[in-house]
Amino acid sequence: MTEQTTSGIRYGMAIDLDKCTGCMACAVACQQENNVSFREDESDKLRSITWLEMFYLDNGKPYPEHRQAYLPRPCQHCDSAHDSPCTFVCPVNATKRDEENGLVNQIPVRCIGCRYCMAACPYHARYFNWWDTKWPKGMEQMLTPEVSTRPRGVVEKCTMCVHRLQLAMDKAFTEGRKELREGEYVPACVEACPAKAMVFGNLHDKESLVAKLAKSQRAFRLLPKLGTEPKIYYLTSQGWIRKLGDNVM
Amino acid sequence: MDSALIPEGVKRCSFTQFAIWLLVLGALMAWGVLAGLLVFWKGLNVTGLSDYFGFGLWITVDLAVIALGAGAFFTGFLTYIIGKKELKDIINLAVVIGFICYTGAQLVLVLDIGQPLRAWFSFWHPNVHSMLTEVIFCITCYTMVLTIEYVPLILENRQLDKIRGIHFFSHNLHEIMALFAATGTFLSFFHQGSLGGMYGVLFGRPFAFREGFFIWPWTFFLFVASAIASGPSLTILVCYLTQEVTKKKLVRKEVLWELAKISGYLLAFYMVVKLLDTWYWAYVYAPSVGLTLGSFYKAPYGLWLLFAELVLCGIIPAVMLLTPKVRQDDVWMLAACFLNCVGCLINRFVFTVQTLAAPVMPFDRWELYIPTWQEWAPTVALIAYGALLVSLSYRYLPVFPREKELNLIK
Repeated sequence: MTEQTTSGIRYGMAIDLDKCTGCMACAVACQQENNVSFREDESDKLRSITWLEMFYLDNGKPYPEHRQAYLPRPCQHCDSAHDSPCTFVCPVNATKRDEENGLVNQIPVRCIGCRYCMAACPYHARYFNWWDTKWPKGMEQMLTPEVSTRPRGVVEKCTMCVHRLQLAMDKAFTEGRKELREGEYVPACVEACPAKAMVFGNLHDKESLVAKLAKSQRAFRLLPKLGTEPKIYYLTSQGWIRKLGDNVM
Repeated sequence: MDSALIPEGVKRCSFTQFAIWLLVLGALMAWGVLAGLLVFWKGLNVTGLSDYFGFGLWITVDLAVIALGAGAFFTGFLTYIIGKKELKDIINLAVVIGFICYTGAQLVLVLDIGQPLRAWFSFWHPNVHSMLTEVIFCITCYTMVLTIEYVPLILENRQLDKIRGIHFFSHNLHEIMALFAATGTFLSFFHQGSLGGMYGVLFGRPFAFREGFFIWPWTFFLFVASAIASGPSLTILVCYLTQEVTKKKLVRKEVLWELAKISGYLLAFYMVVKLLDTWYWAYVYAPSVGLTLGSFYKAPYGLWLLFAELVLCGIIPAVMLLTPKVRQDDVWMLAACFLNCVGCLINRFVFTVQTLAAPVMPFDRWELYIPTWQEWAPTVALIAYGALLVSLSYRYLPVFPREKELNLIK
């Protein structure tokens, strides 16, 4: 199946914050698609597994200058040289960046739960399973069959719905194609966004919409000075939001 | 039975007294074991750890005890490699402390990882680029070396030594101890460094990230320097404590002064490089990523930590230990050694907890980490385990070679 992927692919995303309404359909779709476990009481937000976290931003000014926005934060799938901050540190190779497509994956069956990757990630995009996974009665029937559930004691994170990539590649293979068409592989969050604020695709394909958006004047990335090279681009025309994308003295 | 095991020519407290002491230690250890079982059964949700604080008290303590256990490898290095023969008076104690620190840290680490049954994956699927892999390999190997260094002492027990085979085996082990001291020095140097490297390579965490030499960030060298500076201080503290408890003179004062002087010089050297590192980090690196020194500190993780680490528990004990009159005064020397050890503990704390507390994204927030009793109990048990091993070793093994001679003089 490896032969079916083409080198030079860098999957990434563009999220238009001026379009995002903070409805969190993306977050819900992500939870459902990826069999993310939950508890009856999710009030402890520091232990709640939310692969796609929604951050609330405001400009800190009182009415009438007050402005607010929402920033959906999936894993940034960092493309820094050699390794991503998290893949670099994992002692057991339980998280790797697939150099054929740039996706940073997690191998839960190999993870020893040391949480070093969580310490390495400045975006808080990694989550530890603090409790045993228990589904409400009957819900296990609704789990996505392509995504394995994770046990207590391992780290998990957004995989950019990599199982969808596998399915798309299988389909392309049966149709005798080596390349995927644009839009053939899309993560659940992008598919669910009602405002079409999220665009996904190959950043190396100059003709793709995501590549064009990433080069737009409105595009910025989170914490670019750290050199993590995120593949998630945010779009906005509002200066105060862009300013929140990085630390400025 | 008990008296037959006690080394010849030395006096020990009554067995009843000793048994009561063991019961106290046993109770503390049982408390730790209970907490440990709870962690295994319920999971790490019983701790104060969270997705923001993936590391907490246990990692801080592990790093601190491993650093303070450096007295073993460094005293071994000075004794066997450099040839400071007078340190032979204290080398056994340093080895016992080292053994306690390393084995204790590993026991606590088993609790800290989410999947303890997969701990062996570190050897099976190692990521050779990870500093943690280097730490795991070196700690495992060095614990073996420490065991080899500890075994001859155990074999010197009065009853064991009577067995001809054991006697010769132990004698031969002593003969080749320089080889293990050298191996231990190499291994310990690397893993003390890689513990520092673990934080220094976190380029997503500006509080911890440091540039450096070749593949090693500056924290690699700083951790080695702080470990060899504070390790001998802990050895001195434990030696004094043992002398106080047993009301005996166990090591010549000159030996402790010598070790204190070495600790002082190393601490002074460490403070110079640490201050340079802090200056560069605060005034060159932090601004390059849009941050200031103030961005890294907020109550309760305030600037007081920096002051306490660098001045109160750094510069001050270094000056104290370097001043002959001060270090030759028991109280001042102990105070200086204590501050030195606390400084090392604060350093490991800030690299472990504050690295994670300081938010990196501008819209992120400071969070607080408060350990639960399930985290404190194994930590206390680790100290009790140390006290147990020191007590047993002191009672039944010739830990202090000059004990007989020093107490006769008295």
